[in-house]
This record gives sequence, C-alpha cells and structure tokens, in this order.
Amino acid sequence: MSAQLLGLHRPGDTRLHRLGAGVKLLGLMVAGVVVVVVRGPVPALGFLAVAVALLAWSGARIVATVRAMRWLLLTAAVLGAWTVWQHDWPRAVEVVADLLALIALATTLTVTTPVDEVMDAVAHGLRPLRRVGVDPEQVALAFSLMLRAIPTTLSLAEDSRHAALARGLERSPRALLVPFVIRVVARARDTGDALHARGIGD
Amino acid sequence: MSEIRLAQVTVSVPTGEGHRRILDETTLDLTEHRIALIGPNGSGKSTLARLVNGLVPATTGRVLVDGLDVARAGREVRRRVGFVFTDPAAQLVMPTAREDVALSLRRAHPTKAERLAAAERVLADFGLGGFGERSVHGLSGGEGQLLALAGVLATAPSVLVADEPTTLLDLGNSRRIGDLLLGLPQQLVLVTHDLELAARCDRVLLVRGGRIERDGDPAEVVGHYRATA
Repeated sequence: MSAQLLGLHRPGDTRLHRLGAGVKLLGLMVAGVVVVVVRGPVPALGFLAVAVALLAWSGARIVATVRAMRWLLLTAAVLGAWTVWQHDWPRAVEVVADLLALIALATTLTVTTPVDEVMDAVAHGLRPLRRVGVDPEQVALAFSLMLRAIPTTLSLAEDSRHAALARGLERSPRALLVPFVIRVVARARDTGDALHARGIGD
Repeated sequence: MSEIRLAQVTVSVPTGEGHRRILDETTLDLTEHRIALIGPNGSGKSTLARLVNGLVPATTGRVLVDGLDVARAGREVRRRVGFVFTDPAAQLVMPTAREDVALSLRRAHPTKAERLAAAERVLADFGLGGFGERSVHGLSGGEGQLLALAGVLATAPSVLVADEPTTLLDLGNSRRIGDLLLGLPQQLVLVTHDLELAARCDRVLLVRGGRIERDGDPAEVVGHYRATA
C-alpha cells in the first residue's frame, strides 16, 4: 500500500503546487545535469539536503514516502557499497546522494503536479518536434505511463515477495525475481491491451 | 443496434511445433442488444470477444463492425467499440480517478478545463462523485470496475465488450455492475461465468473447445451448459 504513494499527486496550495508543470519539469532536467556535472561529496550532500527540503515543503508525508522508497534505498545502499569497493568513500557518498537527490526531486514534481498537467507540458514542449515526425501526445502519454509504472512496479515487487514468503521461499532470489519479472511483463502487456482497447495512442 | 459480423473467422497461435487453433472457423451475425458468451475456461470465448475490437487479430476470415473491417479500420472500430477487462487494475492507467477518465476524453475535449469538468460529470453519472482525487490504487474492486466502465463509456461507444467484468467482485458489487451493464443503451457483448447474468441477456452463445456449441435462447443455452458442464 505504501508503494502507491510514489508518483501520486497530493493537492495543496504551496508555491511548488502553483508553479507551472513545464517550469518544474525543466528544473528537474537542469538539476539532473547539474548533479552530474558538479563533482564531490559535499555538493552532493548539499543537493540532497535541498531536495529533501523541497520534498518536505511539497506536503509529501516524509515518513510514508521513505517507507515507500525502502527498496530504492536498499538499491542505493548496494550501489554505495559497490562504489566503495570499486573506488572510495567520497565517491560512494557522491553517487548515492546524487541518486537520492534526483529521486526526491522527481517525487516533489509528482507530488505537486497532476499527471494531466505534466502530459500537457510535455506535449506543449515537444510541439516544435512535430516537424521531424515526433508525436508530442504519444511522448506525453509514455511519460505519464512511466510515472504510473513506479508505484505499480513496486506493488508487484511486494506481491512477489509475499508470494515467495507464503511458500517459505523468501530467501530464494529465483523465487522472488522470476515471478516479479513475469508479473511486470504481464502488467505491461495488459496495460498495452487496455490502451489499445480504449483507442488511446491510435 | 450495431451489427457485428464474423465471416469464416479462425484464430490460431504459433507453438513450438506449429500452430494451435484457439477458435475454429466461425461465422456469426450479432445484432441483439445484449449478447452473452459463456463456456469453460480456455474455451475461446475471450478470444471471440477480443476479435470485435482487434485486440486479437483473426488468422483467417474477416470481422466487421457496422461494415467496418476491424483489420483495416481498427482506429475507427475502436472508437465505436469500448472494452472492459476483468481486472480494472490493468485498465486504469492514470494515478487518479479524474485523470483516468480525462485521458479517455483527450480527443473529445482538447482543452484541459473542459476535459476535467467533463470527467467530473462522468464520475458523478457513475456514482463516483467525490472520487476525482482518489488514487486508482486505493479503490475497492467494485469502485475500480465502475471507474473502468466510466472511462470506457465516457467516449460514448456504440458497442461495449466486457470480458468477465464481475469475476473478481463480491456478490453485491457483482450484482451492481451486472445490473448496470444490462441497463446500458449500448450493444453489449458480455463474456461471463455468471449464468444468472447470462440468462438475462437477449442471446447466449456457448463456446466450448474453440467452437460455438449452442447459440440462441438464453434459458435453453444456459440450461444445456448447466447440464453438460
């Protein structure tokens, strides 16, 4: 259930809510470039602090959001350990903090912006590319489906874990991963069928 | 009512050793208001229903809806034929109820304000007023199926195909959705295991082993299925 919080808009009246979806999307893109270009653990921790502050300002329930992100946090921890092994501590701090900062910023965007507005902003922004054969509506739809896929995929991971647990196979990576991948692919196919049936994307 | 015509249609799927026939050669005209497809699991009834809007392509033969060939005019056919799946979770693709209905209305209402207002009206029509901001994840089975139905009917199709829409629902919600479906003005093609619901339709087809075993009066076909299942 907590996984469903990710990617879900939370109505509010903060300045972040009132800011245009296009501005927020552009800000997220710029932030993505900046955190990669600016090197070092100290700036990375600074980005993370700013991102968490923005997330708190957005009205997101921080504890519930962190709980919903536990698998992402676990992945970040594994990534950090691997980076320590391959490089050193400062590099690991930088990589993990950059990753978490971007996740927090993306969550801030989804919490403060209805998907409909994100779709409109993407479609509007890509309109000039129509001349080179890009369909802005299709890209906008793909964008919104990607946002929707985050909580859905986490929810499927939870289902797979429960199924493995029920059979006493919680320690078997195969019993967790194989059904999870099959569920994700099946859900993707079902979603494709549903869109096709609704004539969306025709 | 619309006219759905299947002319010498077969459906096969490739297997390791060749092809497996899912639906034997079938020729049908469906013109009644409410048509039920019943039969055991894996009999081919969902395949038959999915042919109507092109979700499953015919291997041979033609499927026509109001004279439009599904294989050639798929886009136009899908505007006329709505489809409701068993599991609403697969069908609801946007985060909130209002956004999901609004997605269906993007073609009819290009401006956002109009679209959202229309979505609210649709939600209210389906008894989902006040559900606009609710996450589609947090809905009960009955509410989810009602929302899926609202999203499809928002585009005013002339035919609705529903593939086991009550299978995952409790008794109360199953009756509620069943009554709603049978009360729609649209032509209905209903795949169901609920024989009471099927018996209330105007025509029932029993599909077994990839072919139409019985077709006609609901009481007679349902009775035959009960006796031979």
